[in-house]
Amino acid sequence: MPATFTRNQVEIERKDPGIGGKPPVDRRPTGGGGDGDNWDNHPRGRGGPRELLIRYRLGVLFALAGDLMFFVALVSAFFVRQSTGHFDIHDNFINDWRPLAVPPILWLNTAVLLLSGLTMETARRQLFHEIDVMEEWLGLGRPAVKRAAPWLVATLSLGLMFLAGQWVAWEQLVREGYAFISPDPSSHFFYLITGIHGLHLLLGILALAGALVGLFTLKKVEFRQVAVDSVAWYWHTMGLFWIFLFVLLVFFQ
Amino acid sequence: MGRIFTTDHRALGVLYLYLALAAVAVGTVLSLLMRVHRVWPNAVIPFFGVMKPEDYLALVTMHGTLMIFFVLTTAPQSGFANLVLPEQIGARGMAFPRINAAAFWLTAVAFLVLISAAHITSGGAPISGWTSYPPLSALPAAGPGQGLGMDLWLVSIGVFCIAAWLSAANMLATILGERRAGMTWTRLPMTVWAWLVASILTLLAFAVLLAAVVLLFSDRHFGSSFFIPMGDMINGRVVGHGDGSPLLWLHLFWFFGHPEVYIAVLPGMGLATSLFANFTRRRVAGYRMMAGMLVAIGLLGLAVWGHHMFVSGMNPYAGTAFAMVTMAIAVPSTVEVIGWLATLWGGGLRLQTPMLFALGFLSFFIAGGLTGPLLAQPALDAYLHNTFFVVAHFHLIMAMAGVFSVFAGIYYWFPLITGRMMNETLGKLHFWISLIAAYGTFLPMHFAGLAGEPRHYDRLMGPATSFPSLIPVERGITFSALLLATAQLLFLWNVFSSAHRGRRAEANPWQATTLEWAGGAERGRIERGPYEYELPLSGNGFHPQWETASKEE
Amino acid sequence: MLAAYSLLEAARVAWMPPDGALRGPIVDRLMFWNLAALCILAVVAHVWIAFAMLRRRPAGKSFPDILRWSLLAGFCVMYVWMALTAQRLWASSRFAGASLTAMQVEVVGEQFQWYFRYPGADEVFGTTRPPLVNAAAGNPLGIDPRDAHGSDDIVSSTLVLPAGREVDMRLRSLDVIHGFFIPGMRIKENTVPGLVLHIHFTPVVTGTYPILCSQVCGMGHARMQARLVVVSPTDFQAWMARRERARAKEQGQ
Repeated sequence: MPATFTRNQVEIERKDPGIGGKPPVDRRPTGGGGDGDNWDNHPRGRGGPRELLIRYRLGVLFALAGDLMFFVALVSAFFVRQSTGHFDIHDNFINDWRPLAVPPILWLNTAVLLLSGLTMETARRQLFHEIDVMEEWLGLGRPAVKRAAPWLVATLSLGLMFLAGQWVAWEQLVREGYAFISPDPSSHFFYLITGIHGLHLLLGILALAGALVGLFTLKKVEFRQVAVDSVAWYWHTMGLFWIFLFVLLVFFQ
Repeated sequence: MGRIFTTDHRALGVLYLYLALAAVAVGTVLSLLMRVHRVWPNAVIPFFGVMKPEDYLALVTMHGTLMIFFVLTTAPQSGFANLVLPEQIGARGMAFPRINAAAFWLTAVAFLVLISAAHITSGGAPISGWTSYPPLSALPAAGPGQGLGMDLWLVSIGVFCIAAWLSAANMLATILGERRAGMTWTRLPMTVWAWLVASILTLLAFAVLLAAVVLLFSDRHFGSSFFIPMGDMINGRVVGHGDGSPLLWLHLFWFFGHPEVYIAVLPGMGLATSLFANFTRRRVAGYRMMAGMLVAIGLLGLAVWGHHMFVSGMNPYAGTAFAMVTMAIAVPSTVEVIGWLATLWGGGLRLQTPMLFALGFLSFFIAGGLTGPLLAQPALDAYLHNTFFVVAHFHLIMAMAGVFSVFAGIYYWFPLITGRMMNETLGKLHFWISLIAAYGTFLPMHFAGLAGEPRHYDRLMGPATSFPSLIPVERGITFSALLLATAQLLFLWNVFSSAHRGRRAEANPWQATTLEWAGGAERGRIERGPYEYELPLSGNGFHPQWETASKEE
Repeated sequence: MLAAYSLLEAARVAWMPPDGALRGPIVDRLMFWNLAALCILAVVAHVWIAFAMLRRRPAGKSFPDILRWSLLAGFCVMYVWMALTAQRLWASSRFAGASLTAMQVEVVGEQFQWYFRYPGADEVFGTTRPPLVNAAAGNPLGIDPRDAHGSDDIVSSTLVLPAGREVDMRLRSLDVIHGFFIPGMRIKENTVPGLVLHIHFTPVVTGTYPILCSQVCGMGHARMQARLVVVSPTDFQAWMARRERARAKEQGQ
């Protein structure tokens, strides 16, 4: 046992909170951090315990803002295409848009995606549950991970189910004669819109899988929170986009 | 391997500048070939032969694409911001260094794909201009280079859009989230405000371009008809089977295209404000106004795209609406110019090379910008649209002003990157020759445009009565252009020789106040504004931003 | 040296070509006053900059705010004047269609040729169908032989118009976007495939005016030129009569 515990100047300045400091905990309903003290002795000048979380949330926000503009452009093309036509030799305005009846399985897919949103949010909140996070930070096991992991797996499965359902919808359309390479504009848009959304969702599933792996491999609880939080906001946004696109395809043709 | 795929933002900034240098070199050579052809149409180009009309149009397309995307969207924005943005806001680094690096490498890939469009295809590069209007760009049979060349162009631009999106998201997250304690919005250097607005525009505009590119690609390969109208014919064959609208492309493209030109010029405006403050030793009068005007230009810039389409088949009432908003955007630009002129008014300018180029920027901004309100009037644009008058306008305000802002930035931040100063004499020579040659190149184009000379003509021919008298004008322009290009060799020599043998720079050679010049200074809380220069009469004192505010103030 | 020479040459040579339209002088006047104002402002600004550069000793006071605001106000007044004067001209030439007694002429752009079609005695254009387009067989616009109105249409590659009569141009394109530009008449409008656009003007000064293509349309873009010949009304009648006789002879074969 050391003879003295005289703290030197640096240690006193670092305000070593010892075991009584607070880990990053999301107390607010939508996520947040602890109070501002230097619980993990990081160098001064940083933005606080929520710095990493805020940084990643900002990144995801702006990336999704650009993505939103992409979808807005496609949707505006969708509306323009519905109304363009030509005058035939008898001066009648001919418009070749035949509204496509959405395959009924799409309703099921939508329900599945909404459900996956619920499971995703539940998973996200598990990672900010104060007591569990505190225990992880103290090194006493990983209760937050244990609680969140099944919900992430559930979201992953539901996401895969959604994509499978979209694929089935495509097969149904092809069987009815509406392939992608065809002169029919409304089927073009159907494939384009569902395809691009599906691609985004596939990326989300890969990110989910990555977060799941990260839950077990990342060292700091803060990193685990950021991983799941970022994926969760992306997932919710893709769900929101889908609701808009689905309403568009069903009601606005 | 780690050194090549670096995530250090300074190194990435330099890499972006090298990429822009490669692009501007190629783009300049292409423009010189164009100019030479206009004056000596039957000249034999070494390694090539006589230029055919489609070759000329391919040159035009590649020149525009290279210059706008790979020079003016990369250097002022990604290039310089990567160099100094984190330091200027007191951050440790970019928010997402790996995403930042990925954005650069994607841009480099896009550049290589674009260059390949000209070389590896049998048809050559596309000939539909940087705006690639369909159906010309949608139908491979519509012209040489419109096959694989056009596809590669679309792939290149698509990849560029993704790179721009990543870069903008990173920059916005950095500016909003990584500022040091005390770096409030009103203490940001004007360059940061400019990068902020330009990043928002990038995020919004390139997404729409990507959507347009995807739709055009689909028209070309998947049998869709987003842009190809019913009954459209090429070479006697009917190819249009769906009710597409070419105007849809124009709307989508110009919704991107107009913010794009603001992305090109806004960083230069921010840099000009910074440099004027630095080299007049005066605070920026009306700082909030200047920053607010940058934001106003950005916002309004999203609403004026129709002024590229006054005579393109758009509803004339829409033309009026766009004309009004376009005239409105002249107001914040005027406020900025008045602000700069007011800052300069007192005299006592330190006329070192960066300041000279900032003044050159101002000169081109005024010269090119003043023809903006003229072109904003549909009744006059109906005559001047797609004539050389428009070419003069955008080259002065975008190309020359933008390029001069890049020069200013390089001369200014060179000591920061290399620790040495660039040669002042060479710099001043570079400035004056470039300024005069640039005006000699682009001012006469106004007159050519007034005479009715359209764009994209590979030579002046046909019954237009004024064309023969324009030939001496064209010759003058060509010689000025050759002089302008040659003067840049001075710059290149200066850059590369000063990097090794330049005079060693002291710590803050321009006596600037912004944080990138802080060196190893204390990383405390920021307490000062960005431009706390003292008025010259009270001595040459100034308070750098990394100084703490003393109690007397 | 060369730069100065080319500038002076340019100034001497290049104003707009002589205008021959009814509204031409108004456009020219507006253009002149706009350019004059902008040139003066550009020169003043550069004198300001030069003065600032030469002024070695710095002034104590900064530029007064009241002057900044007055300058801004002055510019705003100028912008409003510009916008309103131009808007009046735009509205009068574009908002209303041509008068009901205007002559109808159709302009069709094709890579790389302009065609002009007159409706003939019945004053109705015959319908056209793209599959019938066959320039080699004398039917470059694809006029449908089954339509009686088409039998008296006259297709020409030169635009001949009588002076003093308003003409309504019907703009079409067969393949790509072209730009219909008559500098001498101060008009320009793109011809867009899939759209029929209208633009009207009144030629008043007899003479020959070049017609140019102002939207890049392919490798022949620079060669896509035609001529507008404005003649007296009697000469126009004579020309029409000649063309009708020629067409009748062709059809009689």
